[in-house]
Amino acid sequence: MILQAKNLRVEFRTRRGTLVAVDDVSFSVARGEVLGVVGESGAGKSLTGLAIMGLLEAPGRLAAGEVWLEGQRIDRLPQAALRAIRGRRIGVVFQDPLGSLNPLFTIGEQLEETIRTHLGLAGKELRQRALALLAEVGIPAPQARFHHYPHQFSGGMRQRVVIALALAAEPILLIADEPTTALDVSMQAQIIALIKRVARERGAAVMLITHDMGVIAETADRVAVMYAGRIVEIGTVRDVLHAPRHPYTAGLMASIPRIAAGAGRSRLAQIEGAMPRLDAIPRGCPFHPRCPKRFERCLSSRPELMPAEESQAACWLHASAIAQR
Amino acid sequence: MLAFILRRLAQAVVVMLAVGLIAFALFRFVGDPVLFMLGQDATPQDRERVTRLLGLDQPFYVQYASFVKRAVQGEFGLSLRQMRPVSALIVERLPATLELSFVAALLALVAGIAMGVYTALRPRSWLSQLLLALSLIGVSLPTFLIGILLILVFSVQLGWLPSFGRGETLAIGWWTTGFLTASGLKALVLPAITLGLFQMTLIQRLTRAEMLEVLRTDYIRFARARGLTDRAVYFRHALKNTLVPVITITGLQLGSIIAFAIITETVFQWPGLGLLFIQAVNFADVPVMAAYLCLAALFFVVINLVVDLLYYAVDPRLRIQPA
Repeated sequence: MILQAKNLRVEFRTRRGTLVAVDDVSFSVARGEVLGVVGESGAGKSLTGLAIMGLLEAPGRLAAGEVWLEGQRIDRLPQAALRAIRGRRIGVVFQDPLGSLNPLFTIGEQLEETIRTHLGLAGKELRQRALALLAEVGIPAPQARFHHYPHQFSGGMRQRVVIALALAAEPILLIADEPTTALDVSMQAQIIALIKRVARERGAAVMLITHDMGVIAETADRVAVMYAGRIVEIGTVRDVLHAPRHPYTAGLMASIPRIAAGAGRSRLAQIEGAMPRLDAIPRGCPFHPRCPKRFERCLSSRPELMPAEESQAACWLHASAIAQR
Repeated sequence: MLAFILRRLAQAVVVMLAVGLIAFALFRFVGDPVLFMLGQDATPQDRERVTRLLGLDQPFYVQYASFVKRAVQGEFGLSLRQMRPVSALIVERLPATLELSFVAALLALVAGIAMGVYTALRPRSWLSQLLLALSLIGVSLPTFLIGILLILVFSVQLGWLPSFGRGETLAIGWWTTGFLTASGLKALVLPAITLGLFQMTLIQRLTRAEMLEVLRTDYIRFARARGLTDRAVYFRHALKNTLVPVITITGLQLGSIIAFAIITETVFQWPGLGLLFIQAVNFADVPVMAAYLCLAALFFVVINLVVDLLYYAVDPRLRIQPA
């Protein structure tokens, strides 16, 4: 396993009390594997990614849990050691490719700076490596583009530059936080293909955070569905998407618009209500107020992840299956 | 780029003409210089003779036209009070004001940016809290009060630094400098602090606010995620972006420093342009006042032009993109 996250808990200490934004989240990602993390905004996906990198900003903090990278525990490392891991062994791609690049430096400067910091290259070697990276992520004419500023690139090209920056030191784990959300659809496909290719060729593990089930279906090997700071279902993409075991996942899948012959003009299905705010997470199963299949047990006690066919789901519907076995 | 500069220059000329007109028109009607020069008891013949001698009997627009024509050549006529060419007076006083303004601006810029960055990076430290409290005082206290307080403490009580004048100066050509003598440098300290303090606190607060803003941006988060050192993140990425707006404000403030030197120069009896101007106002010395206003406007126009060009150099987004 390249990445193992164990019982992560991210808290925000505020004047009105402690908010738990990520609660008891565990998962692992293997070499060459793409784990999709999916959920609504505010479900805790991005915070989970930031917690793994040690980039949570105050008042947020990792209150409990462990992060293991290639068998080394990294969540307790001092800042300097963690900094040496970021960019070197963990590469990151954020959502907004324009915002991620400093507008006052050329992409070449930013690329060389990253490579120099982690690999200590200089001169010709440095330049060659930077150019090779630009070529690898599919930037045409890297020689000429090297001296351009971020604003001179289109959105898709910028995201390629960001990916080149994330890959600069050949990390073994790539955390991509909504890498395609700010791009138009044709670009999305190209960026997804690029991330997949990189993961395969380099044998890197990828944690792909998105709210887009389509992206997950195309890219990921396994998927973790998050709701209100918890993983509610985790399994292979095939199992989770085709036979969702948690009512929330089922609702998400049902609310994807379909354009198919015979589908007619039926109303788009939606999940009633909204995800609870962090300071008002209900007792029991956090999804129960919106759940069409809730029963008494859901109101009072909280389900942990439990085996549900091939996947795992945090839902009492599957408790009986365990009991019967 | 060339078109940009030419357009800016054309605008500058218009501004200068307007300022010239305002300065001239305004002070043309302030007080009666003839009365000042001859006193109450002068005969009508004397008054008429002096009026004609000074060209004050001609129509307004003729006076303005000849004023502009001569002003362009640096010729502002005779000071009504001292009966010497205004240009000579200004050349004599200019070095004092420019040296004072330069030191004050440098102090404001260096100390202001340093304190601004520090307070942004260590918002919770006691030193930051102290600097912020002091900056509030610096922004709110009037210049003359700060000057008088400094004189009270460092000249009267401690006796470390002189309270007035420029000290000894050396002449290099027509330029007189206080930078090369010990007494000249000592004399610079208090006026420079007085003059620069307001701008320093302004720059500090501005730098702090901008820096905090920049530190929240995605590219700083991404720079951290790339594993860059804190030094690179703060002093390379964050500082450069912080300085873009700071440069603009500082440039504009440089103009105010030269203009506000009037008060500081009065407090410290600093023999510069400001003092010359105040004395001219007291005597309704129109040519001197007009020349001073035009010169101040010229400073502002030139500084703005330089700031625009700097902005252009720092921020690549403003440059015209190659097709």
